[in-house]
Amino acid sequence: MRRKLKLSLDSDVTWKEISPGGVISEAGNAEKFKTGDWRSIRPVWIVEKCTQCMLCFPVCPDSSIPVDAEGKRTEFDFDHCKGCGVCAQVCPFDAIEMTEN
Amino acid sequence: MAKRDRLSGNEAVAVAMRQINPDVVAAFPITPSTEVPQYFASFVADGKVDTEFIPVESEHSAMSACIGAQAAGARTITATSANGLALMWEMLYIAASSRLPVTLAAVNRALSGPININNDHSDTMGARDSGWIQLYGENNQEAYDNLIQAVKIGEHPDVMLPVMDCYDGFITSHAVENIELLEDDEVKAFVGEYNPDFYLNDRENPISVGPLDSVSHYFEHKRLQAEAMKNAKKVILEVAAEFEKLTGRKYGLFEEYMMEDAEIAIVVINSTAGTAKEVVKSLRAKGVKAGLIKIRVYRPFPVDEIVKALKKVKALAVLDKCDSFNAAGGPLFTDVTSALYGRADGIKVINYIYGLGGRDVKTDDIEKVYERLADIAKTGSVGEIYNYFGVRE
Repeated sequence: MRRKLKLSLDSDVTWKEISPGGVISEAGNAEKFKTGDWRSIRPVWIVEKCTQCMLCFPVCPDSSIPVDAEGKRTEFDFDHCKGCGVCAQVCPFDAIEMTEN
Repeated sequence: MAKRDRLSGNEAVAVAMRQINPDVVAAFPITPSTEVPQYFASFVADGKVDTEFIPVESEHSAMSACIGAQAAGARTITATSANGLALMWEMLYIAASSRLPVTLAAVNRALSGPININNDHSDTMGARDSGWIQLYGENNQEAYDNLIQAVKIGEHPDVMLPVMDCYDGFITSHAVENIELLEDDEVKAFVGEYNPDFYLNDRENPISVGPLDSVSHYFEHKRLQAEAMKNAKKVILEVAAEFEKLTGRKYGLFEEYMMEDAEIAIVVINSTAGTAKEVVKSLRAKGVKAGLIKIRVYRPFPVDEIVKALKKVKALAVLDKCDSFNAAGGPLFTDVTSALYGRADGIKVINYIYGLGGRDVKTDDIEKVYERLADIAKTGSVGEIYNYFGVRE
């Protein structure tokens, strides 16, 4: 009888419940690892200047510029944005500004 | 039905590997372990096994390939010695912490430098804290028996740790001795199929192996790994009991030789135990109450059991075929003395470093150790704790 591997990435998991060797049995789990607190500078989305040209979201090295069902970008995901500023660099309309975090 | 044969230690281990018929063997040659993959490669070429043999470009790659294969769900075996083991270092820890039960025939040889290809234990002793289970064998029979048991111990769901089958380079690896082999189907039935609970090639239950483990989870994983090493002791004894039923050969965590009423004793590892037993026999004939303990399982270290076995001894010498360069004593000495501390404090313990780089170990040398122990037991005066024999003074 094979034992079922439990996913145990919650921050309060004890050593008795954690998966042996750090094996992960679920896809898409990077979302559970919040990296937003690595950020030292912060992008600000200036909605009035934004034309929804969609040049910014594909250059994000994470997936911190969410796109809605209508294909439009929405507010930054600050749980995961590390403030690298690549999006601000590519924006042709100065609709993203980097500020102090 | 067992069959008698005469084989070198390396041949015997290669035969055990053929009988196990592992899914993958990835290896790089280094003296004195070279013959293990060499013999095994001929079994592959002759179609006697179904194994995927991967001739890699280094030992680091050998262990990396073993880790990848074992993670995929394959039973994997390799062999190495000395600097080859040192080149695997990074990957040894990754195999253990990823909980992958790779089996490694570790043929003991002095770790350079100066460059030396002969036997001592400085290679595997350095890996004592890598998270691998370490079994040590006195002769060809034990090297063969330990390899077969290693597979079953490491793969046990309560253990899931890699295992080293350690035996002395040249002395055991190249000397031809009589040996009792199991039938192929007996070995296959004993080790069974490798059925891990989770593995990369399981398409129904996909997993990721070896992810980044940050501050929030690393400690819990290491704590669980430590528990597996504690569990291993029980599993090693269960596997030994099953092996005894099959072969009649009894294995424990260590062997006690004439320890029943021993007043003076030595603790030793590997082939030197054979030489030392002869000394014990001749001392017993003269009425000296001498005994010997030969460590079989060094990781996990049998702390409670060794204290129980030693508690009636008055004077004890621990023999290390490896120096620690800690200005205090060899690795086996520090493990034995920390086991005794607070549990059996009355015993006088001394340490001898011996046989480095293949220096011959003679019965005369070991007799002198027992003579000194007899003196310590009589006078109660220990003198120098950290000693050497066999070195030119």
